[in-house]
Amino acid sequence: MLLFEWSASKAYADSLLIAVASNFSVTAQEIAEQFSAVAGHDVRISAASTGHLFVQIENGAPYDVLLAADVRRPQLIESSGLGVRGSRHTYAIGRLVLWSRDPEIRGQDCLRQLDNLGRARLAIANPEFAPYGTAARQMLQRLKLWDRVQSRLVIGENIAQTLQFVASGNARFGLIAMSQIDDVRLPAAACSWHVPPDLHQPIEQQAIILKRATNNTAASDFLKFLTGDAGRAIIVRHGYLVPGRDG
Amino acid sequence: MPDAGMLSFPGSGALWLSVRLATITTLVLLLIGTPIAWWLAHTSSRWKAAIEALVALPIVLPPTVMGFYLLVVLGPYGTIGRWWVELTGDTLTFSFTGLVLASCLYSLPFAVQPMQNAFESLDRRILEAAWTLGASRIDAFFSIAVPQSARGFLNAVVLAFAHTLGEFGVVLMVGGNIPGATRTISIEIYDQVESMNYDAAHSLSAILLTFAFSVLLLMYVINRRWQNR
Amino acid sequence: MNAIIKDSNTNPRVSIRYALQLGDFDLDVDLDIPMQGITGVFGASGSGKTTLLRCIAGLERRGTGRLIVGGETWQDRKARICRQPHEQEIGYVFQEPRLFRHLNVRRNLEYGLKRAGVNRDSVGFDQAIELFDLSRLLDRTPADLSGGEAQRVSIARALLRSPRLILMDEPLAALDRARKDEILPFLDRMHGELHIPIIYVSHHIDEICRLCDYLIVLEGGKVVAQDDLQSVLVRMDLPLLSGEEAGSVIQGTIGAYDNEYDLTQLDFSGGKLLVPGHIGKNGDELRLRIRANDISLCRDRPEQSTILNILPATIEAIQPETDSMLLLRLKLGTDRLITRITRRSRDNLSLAPGDEILAQIKAVAIRNSPAE
Repeated sequence: MLLFEWSASKAYADSLLIAVASNFSVTAQEIAEQFSAVAGHDVRISAASTGHLFVQIENGAPYDVLLAADVRRPQLIESSGLGVRGSRHTYAIGRLVLWSRDPEIRGQDCLRQLDNLGRARLAIANPEFAPYGTAARQMLQRLKLWDRVQSRLVIGENIAQTLQFVASGNARFGLIAMSQIDDVRLPAAACSWHVPPDLHQPIEQQAIILKRATNNTAASDFLKFLTGDAGRAIIVRHGYLVPGRDG
Repeated sequence: MPDAGMLSFPGSGALWLSVRLATITTLVLLLIGTPIAWWLAHTSSRWKAAIEALVALPIVLPPTVMGFYLLVVLGPYGTIGRWWVELTGDTLTFSFTGLVLASCLYSLPFAVQPMQNAFESLDRRILEAAWTLGASRIDAFFSIAVPQSARGFLNAVVLAFAHTLGEFGVVLMVGGNIPGATRTISIEIYDQVESMNYDAAHSLSAILLTFAFSVLLLMYVINRRWQNR
Repeated sequence: MNAIIKDSNTNPRVSIRYALQLGDFDLDVDLDIPMQGITGVFGASGSGKTTLLRCIAGLERRGTGRLIVGGETWQDRKARICRQPHEQEIGYVFQEPRLFRHLNVRRNLEYGLKRAGVNRDSVGFDQAIELFDLSRLLDRTPADLSGGEAQRVSIARALLRSPRLILMDEPLAALDRARKDEILPFLDRMHGELHIPIIYVSHHIDEICRLCDYLIVLEGGKVVAQDDLQSVLVRMDLPLLSGEEAGSVIQGTIGAYDNEYDLTQLDFSGGKLLVPGHIGKNGDELRLRIRANDISLCRDRPEQSTILNILPATIEAIQPETDSMLLLRLKLGTDRLITRITRRSRDNLSLAPGDEILAQIKAVAIRNSPAE
């Protein structure tokens, strides 16, 4: 009997496959390393856009945990029985930054520039399905800038592509994620304005344990680590906010 | 852009944009691809192999890689993009013109190779006969080489058009998804899928398929008729 | 009909000079040929005949050269004058018809016509159709033509360019006997009706004999003979002209026709010849070809012999050919004939240059071109 239990738990204890939204992948790497060191479980990360991961999960992909970039997909996973009920938690809250590398506007008010873009372009992620894009649209609407910038908008398929547009200078301005701007490989910023979170719906990123890992203690351990002090510290360091203690 | 009743359906803007892109790209490729194909077919220069490999490169390169390099080169800090910004004040990326340029590079081998094959199978002796009958080289090209390479031209047109119509990776990278300028139907379909609007994605895909198939069918039927004259 | 055109040196001429390196040998020619009639270029395969034509046409641009046609310099490499093929008013008939397969016969013919130069309309469309009997073929495509028909179209097409010089590179080479016989009459007519000089390349001596007025012989890229046809044929120092085909050409006028025996009488400077068949009307001029092996010699007129033509001749020269055979050149009137006999016969009859003897020519051995 003891032997049976031991071997059963041994089979589960070994490795975790975590599906991570691309924008969080760097942060997730660090978290995974720390978690492995502490808990002894081997963690592997698979990063892609939330949408793609969702479709894969719907079609039986062997992930144990999903770290999404939004709330909607984890909700769908939970309600359709693909995920473990009650395991859905907000692990990070994204922040928007208005950013530019163009030396010509150095020292000027970043936000004011959006009033007359002229020939310049503003890059945002796709508001239809990318969480940072939706937030960007909300913020621009709140500030009554949405109509004005319409003709100069450039839309990236995800926040990573949005960064590409603005880092290459093709778009003079971009509404990108705070977690992106600390990368040493980025060219120097000419202006960088942290968007006040009250200008848009919070960009909540939720995690959920998937059905496959229902009895996997490592999976729930990982989630605990993620939402615990150690995990939160890493997350904040990478430019996100974290929900209040009860969040 | 057509706006009359039946011609206007969700995604029609994107479809016509894709069609315009494919048409203009095909025409440009006929214009610049023909001399390239002709040169390749007749030259004995030692650069021939290198040029052939260059022309064939877009077949091998992942579209996103190509798109990425174009983003850099055509952007305001790139060698070509910089000059364009000085000229027009706007970036070459995120514009229809930029897409045409990118598509021409992307579909270049699909236009050049069929034409090169057709030119290579031309009998030089026939051209000699034309010269001795008073035709200059240009005259002989248009009166003899072109009609006898008709199949090659048709293949080039079909392949370049179809290839550009289905273009995605490159447009994704340098297009910026601007409605009316760079939001092609392939991007539109992709976005609908990302937004989980599967119904819309299905119907747009069906429309694209039907359209593309009809155009291709038409071209091959014309070719058949012509052959049986 | 196909009388030999005699060249008079006062006419404008075509001066051709080329020197270039080919694979096995060098082409090195310096020619001066008449601006009228047909000039033949005879030589073995690979002697440079085609290359020569291509140089004249401007298709071959290597080496040095000069081409002056009727006083106009068309090419002079040293002086950097080098007209493109399409700028020269030349018609070129290749060995293969090289018709444009995407055009019907009419359009093929019109191709050169549309691009004709200053000399425009020197050959009219209808004239060419008539000359080569193409009216039934006009709406056909090249794929529907027989080899002979295609070659006729090809020749007519080159003519319709209204060229000032026509080049023909073995135009009958790709045809069988029957097709050749079909086309030769058309070439005869062309010779007679048009006044455009033609350079005609062939390695068949009988075609040359039938059509040409002036003859150039090429060997290994060099010119070994250039003179009027009859004179070249009776030169005994050209190995090319020896063998089965050695012979000569004379020109005659039809004097009478023997109804009863179906024999035509031809008058020439050396006498009268009887030829089987009704080969023309009285007064028609014809050229006759007589092979060396078909002439025998005798000192005394035989009493009973089947040979109808026995004519007095003077031996001009004797040349050994092999151990057993000799070539002799005979003079009959102002014409010359070549004959071949054994050395033994020469010794038996003690023949020597200057001797007056009788030449026997079998009637059936006389070749001629059929009358119209």
